Amino acid sequence: MGSALRITNGRVYDPANGVDGRVQDLCIQDAKVVAEVPAGARKIDATGMVVMPGGVDIHCHIAGPKVNLARKLQPEDKRLDVVSSTPYTRSGSGGIVPSTFATGYRYAAMGYTTAMEAAVTPIGARHVLEEFHDTPIIDKGFYVLLGNNVFLYRLLKEGRREEFREAVAWWVNATKAYTVKLVNPGSDELWKGRRNANISDLNENIDQFDLTPIDVIRAFIETVDDLGLPHPAHIHCNNLGHSGNATTTLDTMRAAEGRRVHIAHVQFHSYGGEPGKNPTSRGPEIADYINSHPNITADVGQVMFGKATAMTADAPLAHLLKGVSGNKWVNADTENESGCGIVPFTYQEKVYVHALQWAIGLELFLLSKDPWRILLSTDHPNGGSFTMYPKLIRLLMDRNFRNDEIRKVNQRAIRKTCLGDDLDREYTLSEIAIISRAGPARALGLKDKGHLGVGADADITIYEDDPDREKMFSTPRYVLKDGKLIIADHEFRADHEGRILHATPAYDPGIEKAIRPFFEDYYSIRFDNYAVSDRYLHNHQVIPGQVIPAVQPQ
Amino acid sequence: MSDPTINQNIRMVEHATCTFCGCVCDDMDLTVDLDAKRITKAKNACTLGRAWFAEHTIEDKPPARIDGKPATTAEAIEAAAQILARARLPIIYGLSDTTCEAQRQAVAIGDLIHGNIDTTTSVCHGPSGIAFQGVGESTATLGEIKNRADLVVYWGGNPAESHPRHFTRYAVTPKGMYIPNGRKDRYVVLADVRRTPSAPVADLFLQVKPGRDFELLWALRALVKGRKIDPSIEETTGIPLTTLETLVERMKNCRYGVLFFGMGLTMTRGRHFNSGAILALATDLNEYTHFVAKPVRGHGNVTGADNVVSWQTGYPFGVNFSRGYPRFNPGEFTTVDLLSRGEADAALIIASDPGSNFPKPAIEHLKRIPVIVLDAKDTDTSELARVAFRTATYGINTTGTVYRMDDVPITLRPAFDSPFPGDEEVLTALKDRLRELLNEKRGAALRKAA
Repeated sequence: MGSALRITNGRVYDPANGVDGRVQDLCIQDAKVVAEVPAGARKIDATGMVVMPGGVDIHCHIAGPKVNLARKLQPEDKRLDVVSSTPYTRSGSGGIVPSTFATGYRYAAMGYTTAMEAAVTPIGARHVLEEFHDTPIIDKGFYVLLGNNVFLYRLLKEGRREEFREAVAWWVNATKAYTVKLVNPGSDELWKGRRNANISDLNENIDQFDLTPIDVIRAFIETVDDLGLPHPAHIHCNNLGHSGNATTTLDTMRAAEGRRVHIAHVQFHSYGGEPGKNPTSRGPEIADYINSHPNITADVGQVMFGKATAMTADAPLAHLLKGVSGNKWVNADTENESGCGIVPFTYQEKVYVHALQWAIGLELFLLSKDPWRILLSTDHPNGGSFTMYPKLIRLLMDRNFRNDEIRKVNQRAIRKTCLGDDLDREYTLSEIAIISRAGPARALGLKDKGHLGVGADADITIYEDDPDREKMFSTPRYVLKDGKLIIADHEFRADHEGRILHATPAYDPGIEKAIRPFFEDYYSIRFDNYAVSDRYLHNHQVIPGQVIPAVQPQ
Repeated sequence: MSDPTINQNIRMVEHATCTFCGCVCDDMDLTVDLDAKRITKAKNACTLGRAWFAEHTIEDKPPARIDGKPATTAEAIEAAAQILARARLPIIYGLSDTTCEAQRQAVAIGDLIHGNIDTTTSVCHGPSGIAFQGVGESTATLGEIKNRADLVVYWGGNPAESHPRHFTRYAVTPKGMYIPNGRKDRYVVLADVRRTPSAPVADLFLQVKPGRDFELLWALRALVKGRKIDPSIEETTGIPLTTLETLVERMKNCRYGVLFFGMGLTMTRGRHFNSGAILALATDLNEYTHFVAKPVRGHGNVTGADNVVSWQTGYPFGVNFSRGYPRFNPGEFTTVDLLSRGEADAALIIASDPGSNFPKPAIEHLKRIPVIVLDAKDTDTSELARVAFRTATYGINTTGTVYRMDDVPITLRPAFDSPFPGDEEVLTALKDRLRELLNEKRGAALRKAA
């Protein structure tokens, strides 16, 4: 390419490098940020504009088997939200679960350049990689679901921890995953095998396995940490959405014993109250725990009012939401690996539970003492669309706007939270840059993303400063991906194929001898046809692991 | 050391996949005669699979024909591009017997030329797709059925003849994790309008009066919910009330039940109401136990076509791009309808033979408009085509991805090379040429406007 570019006079927010709104130039050579470019380099005049690294979404559901089922399920949601082709870009459909092309373009149009699909069955890995190939512009990776894997449970039950470790590493390689995801560990066996039951107690035996969810959680946290994957075990805790589940969440975080762990969409896991009765908020308690435990990162999973889609490997939860909403329902069992449920859902301001969920998300953000570790997400599309991020940013940055919004919702719910206590915090632009860029990149171990230092990927967003932060963050003036000008003057100027990001932890190939017989007995495809070949990676990047010493809890 | 799998001109291909039907069995061990360019043995294949592998050889034919005369692939691409670039409502159809990689290119062409794209789903399980949009679906991968299902119901299908290994590999006889004794641990029900060769496998055969599937399914739903059903149901459907009551008890009390359904349900009176009724029955039963339902898909990669068209456009079939964005409307944008109404003015048919199996008015219109065909074989459609490409056979000559009927993706292992290009290669070249032509055309229009 050999293209050089200078972004001049922008107000730069690069918290990873301690730059907080300094007016400076940024130099780009090819796909990277560099120290200097020749005098004749092309220029973008960013005078008066805000320059940030491209956004990084640490937790969303944008591609793969369940996402495609949810697309097919909701034609009614797409008719009014069409995406036309342009000379540069493909057409598509929007709505709460956009088509692949629309997903890539809409992230880019919001200034996001990386997104991680948070739950993929191993057997569905090929499918997600095929969809990634059709998800333009952004870089992307996925977390592979291993937390209900029957073969791994057998190894744990038999105390074969070394082989467990090798098998986990094998699975990450075989699927081209980024890290390991746990969803409601222990529940699938009861859901599929015991007439749609669930597991609620972390110390209850998982059916015939002679194992408990907490055993499973501990084993995965340790193993993924030991393998040095760039991102630790990514956990969707048990009892999502149930009153009183904050206890489960705290127990799960304690099980890490100082090791790295990521707690997904923690808002959905911060509830007080009695099971089966209306929830209350235990957001402050969860925020405190995360604040004081630097080994933990979390994304919030903010609920935004309006259309959402519950889309989860937590099949019992989706069944519960089907009962609550009366909406159409998808259940999809994956042999030996996972369950899955999908339910279209709408969050309403006047409904007590919905307003409470919305308020708890805001509590977590506003009580967070370390923006590097409590990160922005809506668990798209579970809490709302990723296209709601600009509105969420405004809620965090603009106290008056927030207070107006608080007044519109169910006040009984607000009274159960500390939002009524006039929490006057307003996020700064630098803090927004942390929760939406620098923080997720650091939590993901993406050393070249989320910052603008020399050597960083030239994924850059330039916003026109606007006191209406929703408007500002919805429509960046310029977006660069890998140094290429994708959006200029708010319009697409090019298409681009982003990279697939994945990890390749070392393992002993001998482990295949242990796994193979299980496939012959209990899978419906041959072991030799299971691992995904490199040809599904196309444009890709292996993200090296990190070995971080365990941090002692304070 | 010589590779033991290569013995002179014989090659062994292990773990190959049969794409003849939606079972997509991936346990084929093929013996390939590389000199003769044919598969001489397909271990583990059923009768249909053996025929599929045996019949695909390399024919001594030209790579393309234009107006019936032999042509090169490049000439045919130019001719096809000229047709499609000129058309006002070009339609793309077929896709169920090719790879996802080729399907991706086909949708890209539809998007580029603002055409219409549709797959064979619209004439097989299209109603199931419509029903899915209405009521959802509780479903599972086939390995889960093998491991867990103790009650298996087949409705409106004859797998013994259409999907011969469905019984033995996935759903009736195999031993699974919680089905240690295989067939003995399962209760099998077959519902159909006639006693087919599949009937002997069933513990209970329900001979439904033709066209009464919906009534029967709705009665089962009512019984599951504890409602009273009038004994006249027997007169209506052919099945005594007591039989239904016993079946419902069995359904509610099984550990893991499955309802498989075929085109006998989706393409008879009631169509998507029938599919919706059976999907809703499975959903209802989840209030009592674990229950799933699954359409038994026909073509080797029709499920891949549904997936690719869905992820690229948001809709599974019957998609129109004429406004520059995808719209979905079965009945309007489905191929039989576009042809029968005489609306399409050019057609690109991929790996399908509508010329032999569409209704007469649709075929008559196909004969009136320029048709482009990609197929590994001569077909009735290639006979009437203006431009006919001969392409390599997926899974035998080319690799690529296919989706089994349960959405499990599998990578194909080709057996031997073909002198003919694959569908993906032809479609990619066609797309690139179309982009050039359309840029010229749109550029000229802009210059004219200026």
